[in-house]
Amino acid sequence: MEFLTVHSPALVVAVPLLAAFITPLISRIGNKFRDTVNVTFLSFAAFLMAVLAVDIYTSGTRIYTFGATVPELAIPEHYMVPVRIIFQVDGISIFMGLTTTVVALAALVYSLQFVKDETGQDRFYSLFMILYVGMVGLEFTGDMFNMFVFLEILSIAGAGLASYRVNLADAVEGGFKYIVISAISALLVLFAIGILYGEYNLLSIAALAHNMQFTTLDMIALALLGIAFVMKLAGVPLHMWAPDTYAVAPAGITPMIYTSSAASMYALYRITFTLYGGHFDTTAIGWIVIILGVLSMFIGVMMAIHQTDIKRLMAYHAISQSGYMLLGVGVGLAVLTDPVALAAYGRDAMNGGIFHIINNALYKGMLFLTAEAIFFRIGTRDLNRMGGLGHNMKWTTIFFIIGALAISGIPPFNGFASKLLIYESVFRFNPLLSVIAMFVSLVTLASFTKVFYSAFTGPEMSAYKEVREVPKSMLIGMGVMAAAIIFFSIFPGLVVNTIVAPATNALIDQASYINGVMGAVP
Amino acid sequence: MLSKIVRTISDQLILFILIYGLYIIIHGHVTPGGGFQGGAVIASGVVMMIVAFGSGEIKKSLRERHLSVVESSGALIFIGMAFAGMGTLFFYNFLVGTPVFGGIPPTGPNPGDVWTGGVIPLMNFGVGLKVSAGLSAVILAMALFSRGEETEE
Repeated sequence: MEFLTVHSPALVVAVPLLAAFITPLISRIGNKFRDTVNVTFLSFAAFLMAVLAVDIYTSGTRIYTFGATVPELAIPEHYMVPVRIIFQVDGISIFMGLTTTVVALAALVYSLQFVKDETGQDRFYSLFMILYVGMVGLEFTGDMFNMFVFLEILSIAGAGLASYRVNLADAVEGGFKYIVISAISALLVLFAIGILYGEYNLLSIAALAHNMQFTTLDMIALALLGIAFVMKLAGVPLHMWAPDTYAVAPAGITPMIYTSSAASMYALYRITFTLYGGHFDTTAIGWIVIILGVLSMFIGVMMAIHQTDIKRLMAYHAISQSGYMLLGVGVGLAVLTDPVALAAYGRDAMNGGIFHIINNALYKGMLFLTAEAIFFRIGTRDLNRMGGLGHNMKWTTIFFIIGALAISGIPPFNGFASKLLIYESVFRFNPLLSVIAMFVSLVTLASFTKVFYSAFTGPEMSAYKEVREVPKSMLIGMGVMAAAIIFFSIFPGLVVNTIVAPATNALIDQASYINGVMGAVP
Repeated sequence: MLSKIVRTISDQLILFILIYGLYIIIHGHVTPGGGFQGGAVIASGVVMMIVAFGSGEIKKSLRERHLSVVESSGALIFIGMAFAGMGTLFFYNFLVGTPVFGGIPPTGPNPGDVWTGGVIPLMNFGVGLKVSAGLSAVILAMALFSRGEETEE
């Protein structure tokens, strides 16, 4: 157990990677065996993540230096700066890691039956594991160049998986758009890293933050990084890829790609709060993030309302929900240098924005899964051709209702808990923003009411008389997410205090992140 | 399939290309190059054979199934080396000082002793296997697709 705790940051990435590499070999033994091995490995990774989480919430930030003699030896002897690859796991990293793991487990179990009759399953599972590795690595790394590497890993795996169903005409288009956007954003990130490296001869985030001068070059690097990650998280001026990619990706993959957008959002926060924290005019940058958030919220939901393709509609809602997260954390960023305002409402706004990440990953992921369950049974995503599915797909209907109520922020669901935090705190910052947020929430409710009526209610249609409930593994996948949503809805206070507040503290407290690595250096 | 002259020369040249690729892989830790570059050189040899003999002919001796096994084992060698260091830490270079690639090179200019580097040459070898098999499989698949054939699944 001691061994597992010490090595958990590395093993969380290494175990799924091992699964990805042995999948092509063991699939020769049999598909059942391969599925069992994959689920076992991912469950083991989830167990390790839980062990790591408990350790971090009890004893603080963890550092794991690859290839050193002891994990904490970030700066080797006779060196002044960190040179090795470092995983630095603090409150926000582990929060993102837990989110990713829950979504990945549910998505993997759901996919077992979903891809059962497709070809190329070995590659599906290999890429699935690599996508998980990319996300967790991006969230844990303490090194700029590694951030780029893991961003590439998750982009390539995501693009391969998004175009998995090549028999659907538009799948290749969705995958292609995703890889083009990812390549552009990865190049921008690489360019920014080159600027920073050329200037400081450093790659470690903590060491860079320690030495940050905020020269003109640093501003250029900040702009490049910001554009790249806003592109990856589908914030509104750069959101054009999201509907195409989310709509065509296979069921288990849409929540995963959505979570990888959340991981990019984490990278954006890490850059603004930790790497550049306190050096720039936080009010101005905070307002930029807020405006991006409001635009995403508003335009996302307005585009969603007239869609007839159920997954495109949900994809636009995904963009709109990302806006809430940007809004909450943006308000926190805007008042970062003002301790009074930060204590009065900034912290709560950030809590709301960060809590919304995990809430949204859960209910949005589950809604995507229900949409794909419908597609699995009736073969269309067109809302105009659906109807009366509630008669035969009872569990899917229940899961959809839970998800729809949660995303619209109806009490007592978890969406309400995080949105209330955002409304209340943002109202004290600027009432207008709060009003816009509430309006967007109302339109979301209207839009999901439309989906519910056209897909599930009404008389049984003759064409869909034979439609049955989806297979068990798919129900279990949705059930895992529904259980998590209900847990979060019943105990929002507990969740905010145990996992969200440490995440907010980790973002605000830049000094402790730097000291974690640079502690010995004066 | 190209003319007999091209085929004969390719037959002779492939040996040198493979040796050159292996050289780059094995010397990866002392000279420029490494697993990826050497693997790419070997894959370029496969490209030459496909151009000279045609993909249909090459498909008989170079099976996608076998390439996929080699590719996976390359990746497994790499991560296996990382796991083997777990006695101390993940990716710990446990071979330094042992008889296997254990030498420690002198600081400053030196002739480039291959018997150094610990796990790094072995990892280079794993990467080389993965890249050569993976790139060859990709190129072979593209050549077969362009002829309108399906690869085996």
